Amino acid sequence: MTTLTKQQRDPAGRAAGTKAGKTGSTRKQSLTHRMGDLRIAMVFIFPAMIGFVAFFLIPTIRGVYLSFTEYSILGDPTWIGIKNYTAIFADELFWNAMSVTLQYVALNIGFQTVIALGLALLMHRVAKSTFVRGALLLPFLVANVIVALLWFWMLDYQLGIVNEVISWLGGQRIAFFGSEQWAIPTIAFVNVWRHMGYTALLLFAGLQSIPSHVYEVASLDGASPTRTFWSITMPLLRPVMVLVLVVTVIGSFQVFDTVAVTTAGGPINASRVIQMYIYQKAFTESDFGYASALSVILFVILALVAFVQMKFLKGNESDLD
Amino acid sequence: MTTSTPSRNGATAPARTAIIFKPRQPFNWRRAGAWTLVVIALVVTIAPFLWMLRTALSSNHSLAANAGNLLPADFSWGAFKRVLGLQTPEEAIAEGGSGAAINFWWYLRSSIIVSTLITVGQVFFSSMAAYAFSRLRWPGREKVFALFLATMMVPPIFTALPNFLMIKNLGLLNTYAGIILPFLFMTPFAIFFLRQFFLSMSREVEEAAMLDGASKFRIYFKIVLPNAAAPLATLALLTFFGTWNEYFWPLLVGQDESVRVLTVGLGVFKSQSPQGAPDWSGLMAATLIAALPVLILFIAFGKKVVNSIGFSGIK
Repeated sequence: MTTLTKQQRDPAGRAAGTKAGKTGSTRKQSLTHRMGDLRIAMVFIFPAMIGFVAFFLIPTIRGVYLSFTEYSILGDPTWIGIKNYTAIFADELFWNAMSVTLQYVALNIGFQTVIALGLALLMHRVAKSTFVRGALLLPFLVANVIVALLWFWMLDYQLGIVNEVISWLGGQRIAFFGSEQWAIPTIAFVNVWRHMGYTALLLFAGLQSIPSHVYEVASLDGASPTRTFWSITMPLLRPVMVLVLVVTVIGSFQVFDTVAVTTAGGPINASRVIQMYIYQKAFTESDFGYASALSVILFVILALVAFVQMKFLKGNESDLD
Repeated sequence: MTTSTPSRNGATAPARTAIIFKPRQPFNWRRAGAWTLVVIALVVTIAPFLWMLRTALSSNHSLAANAGNLLPADFSWGAFKRVLGLQTPEEAIAEGGSGAAINFWWYLRSSIIVSTLITVGQVFFSSMAAYAFSRLRWPGREKVFALFLATMMVPPIFTALPNFLMIKNLGLLNTYAGIILPFLFMTPFAIFFLRQFFLSMSREVEEAAMLDGASKFRIYFKIVLPNAAAPLATLALLTFFGTWNEYFWPLLVGQDESVRVLTVGLGVFKSQSPQGAPDWSGLMAATLIAALPVLILFIAFGKKVVNSIGFSGIK
């Protein structure tokens, strides 16, 4: 079908049919070729286009617009220029939310990546079974809210099993969600538990794609397992690792559910992450302009993070090629 | 006769000779260590779920005295009954519940309605778009697709605020339509996921059908969709899990009791418990039942989900 039309567009083919009357129909055919299945494609794409324009494109533009306005849901938005942004830079609560979020991201990604890499290597080396992979994936499939409530109970100060074990071992009970110093590490830990299996599976998929002959050569050369890991596995895993890091870092910047169900941002401001702050500004203080400006800043940060990670870790290049 | 007793006359049996000349393998410490770590990881993953079950089967009053007991403290179905609305408020309070009933069946119904409609709509409409992006030829195709993909970068919170305002202006707050609409038509990921699969399908059957004069619609419904049953099912599962577990959007637009989904209901149930004596058994029973549909689907289709993760995560 396509080859046929190509022949018609061929200069030689056209030259052959230059007799009167033929040119018109050829031109028409080449126009239909250029348009291809456009009309039918429009029908197929129509529902998705509605969803895209109404719930992705317009909201994105409107979100940017609202960030330059003062808007408390009741009246109309009034344009105030960059006032929201200048206010944000002087806002201590914003800087607190940023620092809390960064602490969370660092703890969460640090532990999660190391543990997941270990699990991925274990799966790759000894336990490839679907059962093991499925079991490790389980926490990821259960809702954030459920995971949060489960750990809220297990880490309870009075009756939680974790504190029972700590006091049985002779330690001091810890108010995991209730103390300023523990709230963020605890929330980070809960989400490491939820995501480690998932992240491990992504890395495992990457390990599977490393050709086995590379390892055979290494073992012929007498490379130790440690040496093989640092000189072969890690460099060859890099493209996958970068993608996993981009996806997980971006995800963990937007932590909300766990915080909302357990600490709601407290105690005081200790766990008020940036998304929690946006939520409170919009829905408890009804300050949609300010909240929109905050989410523009979050958006810019996420885009920068992705860009920097791809750039510095050279995510697109593989050492295999 | 000699071969039948290899333990004594092993050298005569060929299978045995191989083993004899091979040096006896020493106990492999590395391997045993690795397996130990695997088992520890599995215990760390599974144990909390068992603890959830253990708590749900305990009686609230006895939890305090038997906090470290591995078996249910004073075994009771009370928590499950309470959650499912089979207990009178008096009975619930006697068992250490707050007396505030969780309208579980109603939330369950909302969750089923919302998740099913979103899954069906999103998978179907996304598959149509994916077909247009992979099997149909039209000018600007790649540019439009790139635009769709670019929205994958926009964080959900960013579109959530304007979307909330739009849903509010349309008068759809606290309606199923309000919860469902933003996710009904597409997600960039669903289109991307299916497009990858459609691209790899062979053109031959399609071209044969076209020569027979079949329309594009016929081809899509009779050839493309049936052939893509496996990825469509995988995507449907992932979408269902995602929607079932969604908390943020239903929290914004579906706070009202009449449309409250399970995740939001659990959050409310938790905060209803007074700080002094939370209804832990009831809470764990509720979370367990809320997780049940996901657990059942996962046991039934686990392999599909597990095998799709490598693909779905690395976009």
